[in-house]
Amino acid sequence: MLPDVNKIRTIKEIPNIDLFVSGHRLCAGCGIPILIKNVLRAIPDPKALVNATGCLEVASTIYPYTSWKVPWVHVAFENAAAVASGIEAAFRALERKKGGQKYNVIALGGDGGTFDIGIQALSGALERGHDLIYICYDNEAYMNTGIQRSGGTPLGAATTTSPAGSVIPGKPEYKKSLMDIVVAHGVPYAATLNPAYPVDMYNKLLKANEFEGPKFFHYYSPCPVGWWASESMSIEIARLAVQTLVWPLYEVEYGKYRITVNIRNPKPIEEYLKTQGRFRHLFKPENRWIIDELQRRVRENWERLEKLTKL
Amino acid sequence: MSVTDTERMKRVGLNGDEAVAYAAKHANVDVVAAYPITPQTIMVEKISEFVYNGELDAEFIAVESEHSALSAAVGASLAGARVFTATASQGLALMYEILYIASAMRTPIVMALGNRAFSAPINIHCSHDDAYAVRDTGWLQFFAENVQEAYDLVLMAFKISESPEVLTPSIVNLDGFILTHCIEPLYIWNERYIQEFLPDRKPVEAIDYRNPKTYGPLALMDYYMLIKRQQYEVVRRARATIDRVFDEYSRWSGRRYRAIKTYMMDDAEYAFVVLGSTAGTMRSMVDKWRGMGRKVGLVSLTLYRPFPEDDLRRILSGVEAIGVMDRSHTYGGPGAQLYQEIASTLYSLDEHPRLLNIIYGLGGKDFGPEDAEAAYKYLMRPDVREVWLGVEG
Repeated sequence: MLPDVNKIRTIKEIPNIDLFVSGHRLCAGCGIPILIKNVLRAIPDPKALVNATGCLEVASTIYPYTSWKVPWVHVAFENAAAVASGIEAAFRALERKKGGQKYNVIALGGDGGTFDIGIQALSGALERGHDLIYICYDNEAYMNTGIQRSGGTPLGAATTTSPAGSVIPGKPEYKKSLMDIVVAHGVPYAATLNPAYPVDMYNKLLKANEFEGPKFFHYYSPCPVGWWASESMSIEIARLAVQTLVWPLYEVEYGKYRITVNIRNPKPIEEYLKTQGRFRHLFKPENRWIIDELQRRVRENWERLEKLTKL
Repeated sequence: MSVTDTERMKRVGLNGDEAVAYAAKHANVDVVAAYPITPQTIMVEKISEFVYNGELDAEFIAVESEHSALSAAVGASLAGARVFTATASQGLALMYEILYIASAMRTPIVMALGNRAFSAPINIHCSHDDAYAVRDTGWLQFFAENVQEAYDLVLMAFKISESPEVLTPSIVNLDGFILTHCIEPLYIWNERYIQEFLPDRKPVEAIDYRNPKTYGPLALMDYYMLIKRQQYEVVRRARATIDRVFDEYSRWSGRRYRAIKTYMMDDAEYAFVVLGSTAGTMRSMVDKWRGMGRKVGLVSLTLYRPFPEDDLRRILSGVEAIGVMDRSHTYGGPGAQLYQEIASTLYSLDEHPRLLNIIYGLGGKDFGPEDAEAAYKYLMRPDVREVWLGVEG
């Protein structure tokens, strides 16, 4: 394991620079701006961002305005990783041929743009080993188009395309394990992030600067609108996600797992589920089995992670 | 300069794919993002060889799909690189979404398209379905008649596309197998001299952290139509740059390039209009018909987008009947694609030539002198407006 250089201990050590500025139309309580501000502070210049179509893109660049004080590129929904591959390769070629500067290239996509429509482009970029950072901000549904289920939506969650129906009570399928898919590509570094743990998040982002090749972050992004939750509760919900083992905070360096926020006494998953309207129907007696199943799965996943850290 | 100047260029035998790969190499491209598909495959193989043997200093991104090929090309072009890609039929269909974005984001990518029929049934041979299908995407389009033209047009396309007043991507079409896989003699440049015609790209508004810009924003009803109008004007006005670069290359190479090639049109009573390699066959047939006293001429388009409509009106006015040859077709529409465009172009004339739509050669179906004879016979019949050569039934 590489030494943790430049590690911070408190959020006061995060530099007070702002490259993503006010005027954007992201909702109150949205988790995305917290991520972006930290990314832009932790990843040094020269840098360029590629943004998949989604909430962040439409809310930050309504022509003729922009919230970005860094080069920012949007091409389409499913191809952020491919566009970033092209930018990275171009700067590599131009550095070699014309003495240009190599850029830190950061690709951003939501869960729809990463788990589903963008998974092929992501897999290709990871396999080819481009020196870039890919960040999935996961709010667990297609929020920009109005809360449709994605491969990142958890079991039982109600969305507009997996409603809490009288026959089918919310999404019948499990959330896809994106981190496992990414790690299976053999990337140098992959980590989960959560806005309630900013020091953990910032240190992981800083760490990305130490690796050559594809770096991947999976960010838990609260969405009050899509989760039928209070805007004032976003950070609390995010914290509960970690404390109930729904969102384990860990990192994988060249296949070596490390849990970065240990949870000794996990809270019952109901404490997390009850904060969000998308899970309200699960508390009906006939749907109790879904809560039990979610509880079983998060425990199993945590135990699996603990085993992986010992490998 | 003489075309036999062996110091500056040499005569070689290459198939169309190889010639295109040499053109990309001679253009000193920085990034190539491409996915293999028949009949384009030899292009990516040859370029890979150049890169892996150190003969071309470029990043070859072996992407996982054509969608990613063009996406990566857009990214690389925004970063300031000279970018090449190549595909055919199904691959172009997979790129379709990004074609519009590449042109609207003003990325001067050059793409070679080995023209191939669309599935189903799956077929790897020549139709112009693919070129036609993307005619409205805002890309400039050129058609090569032979391997020499494919090579030359790729070099010219870089110069045209990268011109600051154009900044629009180009497609160079070459007929699948007929050109992509046939070895023909051609002149290729001694690389030392390419810079005279095609210096390195000077990017406009490329990604620069010291001068950060937002590329690809959301534009709603207040700005979208204005932005589209601007792009429309850019493509329309690109014609002046195309003519200038064609002239410059013609002088430089000794091979004459024009938007439209006319043959025996001065006194023609009958004319055929054609795209791609079939022009060669038709030109030899015109010679034969002229020998028989028939006043037939040929018009072949090197430039397909922007469509050279003013020239065509001038060239085709006064002709009695025109056979518009489409290596494609449309379903339930008023004639195939080139036919529709010729018909629209000529509509403003006071006297309209009679038009015949000749659908030929789909999926590589052979087109030979006897087929040209059949086309001529149909052109003489005012009662026929459309014919599928070889499958008239």
